[in-house]
Amino acid sequence: MAGAAQYSDERAREIIAAHMGLEGPAMPILHAIQEEFGYVPDAAVRQMAEALNISRAEMHGVVTFYHDFRRAPHGRHTLKICRAESCQSMGAERQARAFLDKLKLDWGGTTPDGALTVEPIYCLGLCAHSPSALYDGEPIGCVDAERLDEIAAEARD
Amino acid sequence: MAKLYIPLDMAAVAMGADKLAAAVAQEAAARGEKIEIVRNGSRGMLWLEPLIEVETPAGRVGYGPAKVKDVASLFDAGFLAGGAHRLSIGIVDEHPWMKKQNRVTFVRCGVIDPLSVAEYEAHDGFKGLKRAFEVGPAAVVEEVTKSGLRGRGGAGFPTGIKWKTVADCPPGQKYVVVNADEGDSGTFADRMIMEGDPLSLIEGMLICGYAVGASKGYVYLRSEYPIVAKVFQSAIEKALEAGWLGANIKGSGFDFDVELRIGAGAYVCGEETSLLESLEGKRGIVRAKPPLPAHVGLFGKPTVINNVLSMATIPMIMEKGAKHYADLGVGRSRGTMPLQIAGNVKYGGLFETDFGIPLGTVVNEIAGGTRSGRPVRAVQVGGPLGAYVPVSLFDLPIDYEAFAAKDSLIGHGGLVVFDDTVDMSWMARFGMEFCAIESCGKCTPCRLGSTRGVETIDKIRSGQDIDANIDLLKDLCHTMKFGSLCALGGFAPYPVESALRHFPEDFRKPALEAAE
Ligand SMILES: Cc1cc2nc3c(=O)[nH]c(=O)nc-3n(C[C@H](O)[C@H](O)[C@H](O)COP(=O)(O)O)c2cc1C
Ligand code: SF4
Ligand code: FES
Ligand code: FES
Repeated sequence: MAGAAQYSDERAREIIAAHMGLEGPAMPILHAIQEEFGYVPDAAVRQMAEALNISRAEMHGVVTFYHDFRRAPHGRHTLKICRAESCQSMGAERQARAFLDKLKLDWGGTTPDGALTVEPIYCLGLCAHSPSALYDGEPIGCVDAERLDEIAAEARD
Repeated sequence: MAKLYIPLDMAAVAMGADKLAAAVAQEAAARGEKIEIVRNGSRGMLWLEPLIEVETPAGRVGYGPAKVKDVASLFDAGFLAGGAHRLSIGIVDEHPWMKKQNRVTFVRCGVIDPLSVAEYEAHDGFKGLKRAFEVGPAAVVEEVTKSGLRGRGGAGFPTGIKWKTVADCPPGQKYVVVNADEGDSGTFADRMIMEGDPLSLIEGMLICGYAVGASKGYVYLRSEYPIVAKVFQSAIEKALEAGWLGANIKGSGFDFDVELRIGAGAYVCGEETSLLESLEGKRGIVRAKPPLPAHVGLFGKPTVINNVLSMATIPMIMEKGAKHYADLGVGRSRGTMPLQIAGNVKYGGLFETDFGIPLGTVVNEIAGGTRSGRPVRAVQVGGPLGAYVPVSLFDLPIDYEAFAAKDSLIGHGGLVVFDDTVDMSWMARFGMEFCAIESCGKCTPCRLGSTRGVETIDKIRSGQDIDANIDLLKDLCHTMKFGSLCALGGFAPYPVESALRHFPEDFRKPALEAAE
């Protein structure tokens, strides 16, 4: 993600502390950690386990359960392409496959220059404009091969 | 000063609404025209997005789908006064798509400024809550039960009965939880109402909290909906400022707070007990029932958990009375269903109608057939756990029981249309793959069965022992249906079995080729 901060224990502790007043604070903390550092570093997981008074294994289990939480830094930009049924009805699967092949990537892969990570997503609620995608949080409807190529080029700059 | 509406709805934004709004503002400034742009929800005619609406004495005139490149010509055509233009659809309320609907849950969506408490109130907002305060908690539960409202999240459980269970629990900490995880492909009604009329959801939660004796509500929203998160969070703040949330609401002595929580991309967290686990900060592993969440729910406390649409319909029921709602619909499917028309269709969008409309009418007449122009072959109704319905069953009415009788389901009301190029054995494979990706892992039939299902369909698709493998696949479906704890593993067989039943030829392609 663009603009992610370098990990520091101190900053992680601050983020955790800011959420400790909530009931069931784990998910909001994980989102805030990922927002700050671009992923959920192991060191932050350790800090969280301590603060929430649960075992490290348990905390690790929570992080790995959810598709959204990344265990390592990603590309500078993220493109999520919808693979669910409605988008498939408009040829999304074939289009995505061709795009991935062109970039020599598999789902979840990052281009060698670290510019772009391409992930699958299962429905963006844009099913009347299938196929759809989400580029760095920006929704895109009726996405075609040309638009995908533009995004790949944009990410490189 | 001309008043314009350009949606903030995610689908409209995905088609360029933000850039369009900026371009319209800029062009108006350059021409010295004074305008006000309201960012509304979508009217639901999604194929027309971005749709610009202009207020005129005759009503709101629509122009869509409008692109940045159309802006100058719209001004030239005098669109600020409703002038004629290639993109004009005339008076929006007179459009056949709007006229054919019966909007109950979505009556305000796209009409008002979603973040104006004053406009919400001017459009009958908070009347339902005021009436609830007048009649008292027990009468509210009674009214919701009498309305016949059934949960719109998929299972169709009577909402009033759920509320009564929680209301009957001894007083103490109780919770209201709204399920805004909307993970089904082909659905977007929760998203649209939360972007277009978020205060109706807040009002529904208030009425529920008052009825069951809860003072805290959570909304669990999927992370794929960033615009909803922004809009709904500001709606909470606006409601607080206006005294519709917080302590002693409008002097009623009733306290209630709403908190928004964001999921993290797990489809199974739409299942109510998995959702509660996730809210508590755990892995979203499904809980065994009993105990019901109504007895032992969030943090072990009695909890009402309802879908967004169920909750957002409550204010209308309280305002107009149970009978008004119960008089609509057919059989045990009372009221209206906001249908979501998606996939390969000419006119996709949100279409709210009384239960009972035939599926074929929706697909052929309302949706106008396929976008590709090819014949319709199948419609998946009710999301990834719903059956593929063939054209031969198009006279099926939208009704929970009628669909169940055909081993199908209505679910959250999403219709995904496929043309004749669809490969149904591939879609069946995808259904199993999706179940494997999203399984919470608690039970073997779902966790392992789905992976075995993918492998078996791969064998069938490559022409290996087709008959034996189809039998194996059917057997696997049976085991998953009856041996799974929740409806992810339990319903994943529906799309697979329906594909096998209605489109058997798609599982025999290699064999046919080999025979030639
Ligand atoms: C795998 C799975 C996913 C589900 N996803 C959702 C969902 O996204 N939204 C929803 O409201 N209900 C979903 N449900 C249904 C819920 O478990 C539950 O029935 C519903 O939230 C109850 O609210 P209602 O009675 O208002 O429908 C899902 C169920 C399963 C098994
Ligand atoms: S059926 Fe699947 S998702 Fe549901 S509890 Fe079992 S393993 Fe979990
Ligand atoms: S299936 Fe792709 S946006 Fe819904
Ligand atoms: S193995 Fe757990 S319910 Fe079947």
